[in-house]
Amino acid sequence: MSEGVLDRRAVAATLLKDAGDLLVVTGLGSTTYDAGAAGDRDENFYLWGAMGGAAMIGLGLALAQPNRRVLVMTGDGEMLMGMGSLASVTAQRPDNLSIAIFDNARFGETGAQRSHTAYSTDLGAVAAACGWRDTVQARTMAEVEALAPRLRTEALFAVIKISADEVPRFLPPRDGAQLASRFRRAIGIPEP
Amino acid sequence: MTELKWQAAVFAELKRAGIRQVGYVPDAGHAELIEAAHADNDMRAVVLTTEEEGIALAAGAWLGGQRSVLLMQSSGVGNCINMLSLPINCRMPFLTLVTMRGEWGEFNPWQVPMGSATPGVLERAGVHVHRVDRPEDAADTVVAAASLAFDSRVPVAVLFSQRLIGAKVFVK
Repeated sequence: MSEGVLDRRAVAATLLKDAGDLLVVTGLGSTTYDAGAAGDRDENFYLWGAMGGAAMIGLGLALAQPNRRVLVMTGDGEMLMGMGSLASVTAQRPDNLSIAIFDNARFGETGAQRSHTAYSTDLGAVAAACGWRDTVQARTMAEVEALAPRLRTEALFAVIKISADEVPRFLPPRDGAQLASRFRRAIGIPEP
Repeated sequence: MTELKWQAAVFAELKRAGIRQVGYVPDAGHAELIEAAHADNDMRAVVLTTEEEGIALAAGAWLGGQRSVLLMQSSGVGNCINMLSLPINCRMPFLTLVTMRGEWGEFNPWQVPMGSATPGVLERAGVHVHRVDRPEDAADTVVAAASLAFDSRVPVAVLFSQRLIGAKVFVK
């Protein structure tokens, strides 16, 4: 399968520009760094572990906050690990949840081994087969620019083909208790 | 108390505890709770493909201000271990109700290893474990477990023993 060329940091910056009150969940690995590099904000919930859990966290959040928009940004490897959750999400049909896959066809955290999307798997087709109504693929920055507003208004599953090139590390906060606490405070949930 | 009654009492306590999202993996022992959750307008029953999804669901629910419970069988506990780092690291509550297999009169040997390991594995992973053997203790135990989970924000599992549930009968 042909590989992506897009700079992941430019993609993240485009998707999160003027994010407003968008609720963002990022998956273990590089999408956590990408979202942090685009500008740390209280409404970002970064996973530093719990691989495979990003989409389901997005679902629980979207169901709990039906009037807010939720965007899950995660990598191909993280989504592959939680592939069953695509079926669990679509079974609930949340209309306020979008997922953006940063697909570099690599397991970037562990030495850039080729992932299943390098060999044979099309995650957009998987999502569609699970019942996701709208799936889209982006290969150019123009397509990413067009995608950004749609991810905040539709229930979209987007696969963005990014370059496998390494980018400078950016490490956002990683204390889970603080991340959860500031997130809840930011959206106005009183502490129990 | 009949079997039906204790399960209805457990559901009533989940309602009283303010549970809004019920993640579940299909299970005969939890069938009544699952059905009741589906029928309840204030609850969202979320069918899962594997148990650890329910931990992530509960984390998302908590971030959004709602409470969640995960219903599963002991055979699914092993699937959950790494995902338990999520509520533990993030100081989030986590409540799961687990029906036990592989102990009282088990017919299927494939259920025995995970069933035997379940309490030890959960405890080693940092989960507080309560066990229910008698129907009259079920609702009270769920009340205590929900309070521990949501007020003290720790992971808690309630194990419903196989004797309580009734061993699955395969052979007539």
